[in-house]
Amino acid sequence: MTEALLEVTDLVKHFTVSSGMFGGTTGVVRAIDGVSFSIRRGETLGLVGESGCGKTTTGRCILQLERPTSGSIRFEGVELTGLPQSELRAVRRKMQVIFQDPYSSLNPRMSIGEILAEPIKVHGLVPDQAKREERVRELLAQVGLLAQHARRYPHQLSGGQRQRVGIARALAMEPSLIVCDEPVSALDVSIQAQIINLLEDLQSRLGLTYVFIAHDLSVVRHISDRVAVMYLGRIVELADRKALYEEPLHPYTSALLSAVPIPDPRLEATRERTVLRGEVPSPLNPPSGCVFNPRCPIAADRCTAEIPSLREIKPGHWSACHFS
Amino acid sequence: MLLDVRNLKTTFTTGAGLVRAVDGVSWDVEEGETVALVGESGCGKSVSALSIMQLIDPPAGRIEAGEIIYKGRDLLKLSEAEMRHVRGREIGMIFQEPMTSLNPVLTIGRQLTEGLEIHEKMDVAAARTRAIELLGLVGIPDGERRLAQYPHQFSGGMRQRMMIAMALACNPSLILADEPTTALDVTIQAQILELMRDLSRRLGVAMLIITHNLGVVARYADRVNVMYAGRIIERATAAELYSNPRHPYTLGLLRSVPRLDEPMRERLVPIEGQPPDLTRLPKGCAFTPRCAFRVARCDEQAPALEEVAAGGHVSACWESKQLVTKAAA
Repeated sequence: MTEALLEVTDLVKHFTVSSGMFGGTTGVVRAIDGVSFSIRRGETLGLVGESGCGKTTTGRCILQLERPTSGSIRFEGVELTGLPQSELRAVRRKMQVIFQDPYSSLNPRMSIGEILAEPIKVHGLVPDQAKREERVRELLAQVGLLAQHARRYPHQLSGGQRQRVGIARALAMEPSLIVCDEPVSALDVSIQAQIINLLEDLQSRLGLTYVFIAHDLSVVRHISDRVAVMYLGRIVELADRKALYEEPLHPYTSALLSAVPIPDPRLEATRERTVLRGEVPSPLNPPSGCVFNPRCPIAADRCTAEIPSLREIKPGHWSACHFS
Repeated sequence: MLLDVRNLKTTFTTGAGLVRAVDGVSWDVEEGETVALVGESGCGKSVSALSIMQLIDPPAGRIEAGEIIYKGRDLLKLSEAEMRHVRGREIGMIFQEPMTSLNPVLTIGRQLTEGLEIHEKMDVAAARTRAIELLGLVGIPDGERRLAQYPHQFSGGMRQRMMIAMALACNPSLILADEPTTALDVTIQAQILELMRDLSRRLGVAMLIITHNLGVVARYADRVNVMYAGRIIERATAAELYSNPRHPYTLGLLRSVPRLDEPMRERLVPIEGQPPDLTRLPKGCAFTPRCAFRVARCDEQAPALEEVAAGGHVSACWESKQLVTKAAA
């Protein structure tokens, strides 16, 4: 067992909603409601779920872009919650992020070379300018771009090339952890596979650890070692990818898997589908008991009364369902 | 034949030059059939649908040539007033982002009844009754109360149901659905697609689904047209296309996506290179720079669609006959 690079324990993030002229608090959005997991060095943990399940907020809390309401986040042995800003800066360099839409996260007035050189300079990683330019060329090569791309501007690149720049900028900080938040969902199908292969190559070459946040279950299965399924601010199932996809224990995971259309008409013609009724409830007013109970095909009386805890049903396979 | 698009050409004048967004494309839809236009961003699939509805904005955009025969009439020869009637009544349209196509300051009820009053000449009471019926049809319960609400009070899935209700309001024969579920969550996506298929079968409405998602197409389309750089490069029944792809681009797309029903793969097989720059397309086949099967001829001459198998399976590739053996190697 290798060491845990990141340990998240009982993470809670609530947002208060205020309205009216005097800004009185009218509600609390329970974006994350007690999430725990750990990630080993070199591992990829997939976080899947539908919009509003808290996967992105979990990523932002890890990066300390949101300060959690309560709970603990330990990264490389250091407790991040409550760490003063001055000390956070050094830790943050080791944790980078890749966003869904690289275009909105790249400064349109800076050349690609400048975009990559700036953070290296600011963090004092390579103080010498000539060496810094060399480092930029090396980064471009690592993500499959050419040296001449350094002189181009973001609008002159295609979506896939921009995402490569986004990855290069993350690598510039020599991170140990990268939070990938929907890194391929804005890209064309033919380009997605290029970026996924690149992320896998970089991981094996540089020993990176990924938190891979996505809604595409096929992509998550491909890239992850373990997968956590989130629903309304909680992890409902967490397992090794093989176990999760082949023997899902939580009814929500089963329904998600059955909702994914498979590109094969012959298979689809005979495939039974569990179409969930209703929609995800509001995190302002989550249902009592198990948060999934209003949509669950196997819900019973117990499910509205009692919140199921995330239990280890089989070694390494956790599920939060009374009937697992 | 319900809709027969022949040699459609739509261009846009941009700062970077003339873009042939749709470049001589022919396809058709039979009564009650579901046909898909599949391709990646910029391939011309949405512009094809907008051209049919004549929602191409001049002066930059222009339908340069072609015929759009709908129920025996060429839509391109209709007056604007006649075309408005086609848009409101005969062909319905569903867009990706329902919020941007619903009026935020009108109630759900008004948005549904307006078309009924104008096109169906219904009185207020009849239109209201029909509106409640339509909401029930698309699975929005409690229609009476819902009619008084505004779009922002609906969830994303509910808004898309509302769009479907609006598209169905005047009993159209054809619905154009442009990425109807792309903005929705997986479980809601499944609900909406099952609803669309069910309604299409029950009401006998033909559907044109425009999407980039090969999975969606596999489950819901009868026939599929694959587009690349403004042209159709392959067409077949869904079953045939997936089991026997005869264009390197189709083959590449099918191979590049990881699938839940397959054993896990070590590595994905992407299509190399970048999407084409539409202002600078090569002389020959637009896919040549990314094609693993290219031969000398591909740079010189763009291949036309030719029959490669029975049942109307056509492909525009010089190597389509050899593709099966080459791909296996």
